[in-house]
Amino acid sequence: MTLKEKAKIMDKEAITKALTRIACEIIEHNKIVEDVAIVGIRNRGEHLGRRIAEIVEAKQGKPVAFGVLDITLYRDDLTDVAEQPIVRQTHVDFDVTEKHIVLVDDVLYTGRTIRCALDEIIDFGRPKSIQLAVLIDRGHRELPIRPDYVGKNIPTSDKEVVEVKLEEFDGKDEVVLAEKA
Amino acid sequence: MTSTKWQRKDLLGLEELSAEEIELILNTATSFKEISERPIKKVPALRGKTVVMFFVEPSTRTRTSFELAAKRLSADTLSIAASTSSLQKGETLKDTVKNIEAMKIDAVVIRHSSSGAPYTLAKILAPSVINAGDGSHEHPTQGLLDMFTIKERKHRIKGLNVSIVGDIMHSRVARSNIWGLTKLGANVTVCAPATLIPAGIEKLPVRVTTDLKEAIKDADVLNVLRIQLERQKDKFFPSIREYMMKFGVSLETLKDAKKDLLIMHPGPINRGVELTPEVADGPYSVILDQVTNGIAVRMAVLFLLLGKKK
Repeated sequence: MTLKEKAKIMDKEAITKALTRIACEIIEHNKIVEDVAIVGIRNRGEHLGRRIAEIVEAKQGKPVAFGVLDITLYRDDLTDVAEQPIVRQTHVDFDVTEKHIVLVDDVLYTGRTIRCALDEIIDFGRPKSIQLAVLIDRGHRELPIRPDYVGKNIPTSDKEVVEVKLEEFDGKDEVVLAEKA
Repeated sequence: MTSTKWQRKDLLGLEELSAEEIELILNTATSFKEISERPIKKVPALRGKTVVMFFVEPSTRTRTSFELAAKRLSADTLSIAASTSSLQKGETLKDTVKNIEAMKIDAVVIRHSSSGAPYTLAKILAPSVINAGDGSHEHPTQGLLDMFTIKERKHRIKGLNVSIVGDIMHSRVARSNIWGLTKLGANVTVCAPATLIPAGIEKLPVRVTTDLKEAIKDADVLNVLRIQLERQKDKFFPSIREYMMKFGVSLETLKDAKKDLLIMHPGPINRGVELTPEVADGPYSVILDQVTNGIAVRMAVLFLLLGKKK
């Protein structure tokens, strides 16, 4: 699949601002930070989640539990994919029971990834609540799922692709709207 | 992380795998290990798949391990033991498995006393075939879990000195270890009485010794094999006692060993023959880690073989 870049939606500064705002909203919404755990969804959600956790820690001066989910084994299309995805590690080293879990991902689209993440996190115990933070919400939901914290809403067509690039993974911070050529 | 994709239908032996394929299995197993630590030890990856355990030779560890691995991936499993199967009525192995195949299953895990039996089945069956030990030929998942355990403790395999001690001639575990370890760059030594070293060993990339001291010196890993007491009637060595004196691993024989030596054993152990209880339960031993890791490795194998569209 070749992509034609149409527009740059966010630069490094805009991404940092959005993540800072999300972190503030998480603090405001949950009040007791000790009860919050941030869980990033691989691949890019892991790095966004870690950044949000660092901002929350810096603002509150207390450590925040952080985990990473790989949702591959929970995908609903595993039996249809011809190219097998690589299974990476899940790390949830804390007890999720009695915690408010904030799932973090880069782009919210059909909602199917989040469905997988909900199923997976519940296999670790019964959290007090599960919330969702995403950098980009591009619409086109196929499941009854909505985010609690959004960096930016972008109306898209289904021919378009939202590419989130992060320094830790892609060498630079930016969000680009592209179209399948 | 390697970018190799898994292409094979079956897992028959480590001899035919590339180093990249072995690395892919070991890396995938690392991701699966955590699942067995969860409060709910199950992921939905192989929902609706059926795995048949067909053990024509006795086994506790391997069969239990494969069953748990399949169940933790949400596959359905069933077990057929030779003693209660139609093989007793004279049905051929081929007919038995063709009938099982007709019941729409996805994989057969087979253990058989004849070397090569899984290869024959793989050719005639559409479902995946996994070799769980064939005669004295290969036991690939044991080789993989041994390598996984070494990698977990030593963080590498390349350049390590691994000595395999015991009945090299009849051991499928030895063969799978030799293939796997040498492909990943370890230096392998085999050590046994001359009668238990097979003819043609010089064709394998291993060092051969009949001196246990030599095998222990400089070793990073000592993989001690079970002496197959049922073969003692064929007199490969004069007596169990003599074997124990010359090849049994005890704290005494380990006094010149490296401080961070790992002792492995594929089980079942003959305590007091190939290993003294002090060694089997001692600080060098990672024998129970091998058992734990076996589940993760077999989950990885099942997932790679079954976790995609056929």
